[in-house]
Amino acid sequence: MVSHEKLNCEQVWRELSNYIDGEVNAALRSTMDEHFKTCQRCASLLAGTRNVVQLYGDERMLEVPAGFSQRLEQRLEQKVEQGRERRRPRAVASRARWSSWSAWMVPLAAMALFAGTLALVDSLTFKYPAKSILSAPGHDIPPDLAVVVTAGSRVFHVAGCSFIHDKATERTITAKEAMQDGYVPCSRCLRQYLKTALRGQTDADDASADAEQDEVIGRAGH
Amino acid sequence: MSDPEMVLNNPRQAGDARELELISNVQGGQHELFYELVRPYERRVYAAALAILRNEQDAEDAAQEAMLKAFANIQKFRAEARFSTWLIQITVNEALMRRRRERTVVMEGIDDRRDGEESEYAPRDFADWREIPSEALERKEVRLRLAEALGTLDRKYREVFVLRDMEHLNIQETAEALGITAASVKTRLLRARLMLRDLLAAGWEQGWFSRLPFEKGTKPW
Repeated sequence: MVSHEKLNCEQVWRELSNYIDGEVNAALRSTMDEHFKTCQRCASLLAGTRNVVQLYGDERMLEVPAGFSQRLEQRLEQKVEQGRERRRPRAVASRARWSSWSAWMVPLAAMALFAGTLALVDSLTFKYPAKSILSAPGHDIPPDLAVVVTAGSRVFHVAGCSFIHDKATERTITAKEAMQDGYVPCSRCLRQYLKTALRGQTDADDASADAEQDEVIGRAGH
Repeated sequence: MSDPEMVLNNPRQAGDARELELISNVQGGQHELFYELVRPYERRVYAAALAILRNEQDAEDAAQEAMLKAFANIQKFRAEARFSTWLIQITVNEALMRRRRERTVVMEGIDDRRDGEESEYAPRDFADWREIPSEALERKEVRLRLAEALGTLDRKYREVFVLRDMEHLNIQETAEALGITAASVKTRLLRARLMLRDLLAAGWEQGWFSRLPFEKGTKPW
């Protein structure tokens, strides 16, 4: 740590960002305050850097292309509508007591066509399954292997894996217990056991990226 | 301006009660409310995707896809996290995934040649940049100038800066989203802010922020 008695300009620059974010301790802060009082150049640097933080932090800097909101809203509406349509056939069937057989053939045909379109759209839109193949239970993991699980995630790891989130809640159990409890193996530290699950997957990178996305979604930030 | 300290220490801000209510309604099946839930963040989501993908069309695709994923996974969202942070993390991940897939990493690799994060920094000048007229950001050319300056930063500085100073993620959240250490976030953030100051302060002194070089509709010659 730098001596707080007196700072040279380079030391001040190094802490400038932390100073602006309020991430320096009281002693360093007051030493820096002293420095800014006497050093015109550093005071100017501080003011300029603060301006940068202020200007870019402004909501007005976040611009979206024209029509962005409408396109997003449409796409979300479509998605919601898709969910509804999937549930609809049952409801229609229950009140479809039409006398004419041919009369309900028309909506039925239309629905079949629509369902077909949905399936097509779905297969085109969602190339990547929400659950990656890597999150399937692994093969050949020794059942008595000691593994680590944490409160914030449904993934189990080998102790020391750098992808363990929320290390404070770590708990060691056996792989068998972990899998029984519904945990899935980490795609990094337990990768060797996942190879078999990868057979037939053309792009392993995509699969692991998906597993990562699952983890991001699952852990919901901290 | 939103004070980074305030965001750090007080993640639960006004309007949160309404947001929590919306979330639980969406989770409870009122799916049509999802757009209302994400609308306040759509610009942040887009900016995060743009910072990583650097192409408007790709960024829009990634932003939309990220929001659809958030929608599909809304049941997994837990209230102890900030919804906006969760959304941005999904977006960053989606964008990073796409960039890996596009293999632009190879092209942008050159961009990371300067690895000397720890090397000493020396400001280019000490232009006195004390004042900001609050109306400066109302002007499109000022915003463009700022966006341009940001675009000249190396990827690793740009991404940290956008997540931290524009998306207002905290140090830890930024580190997690990008898969780097908190120490790296701090170092890169410092460098990014200082470089942007270098790029902008001199121009400020010359007055491009405060007035146009010539009036709109007239020619400078």
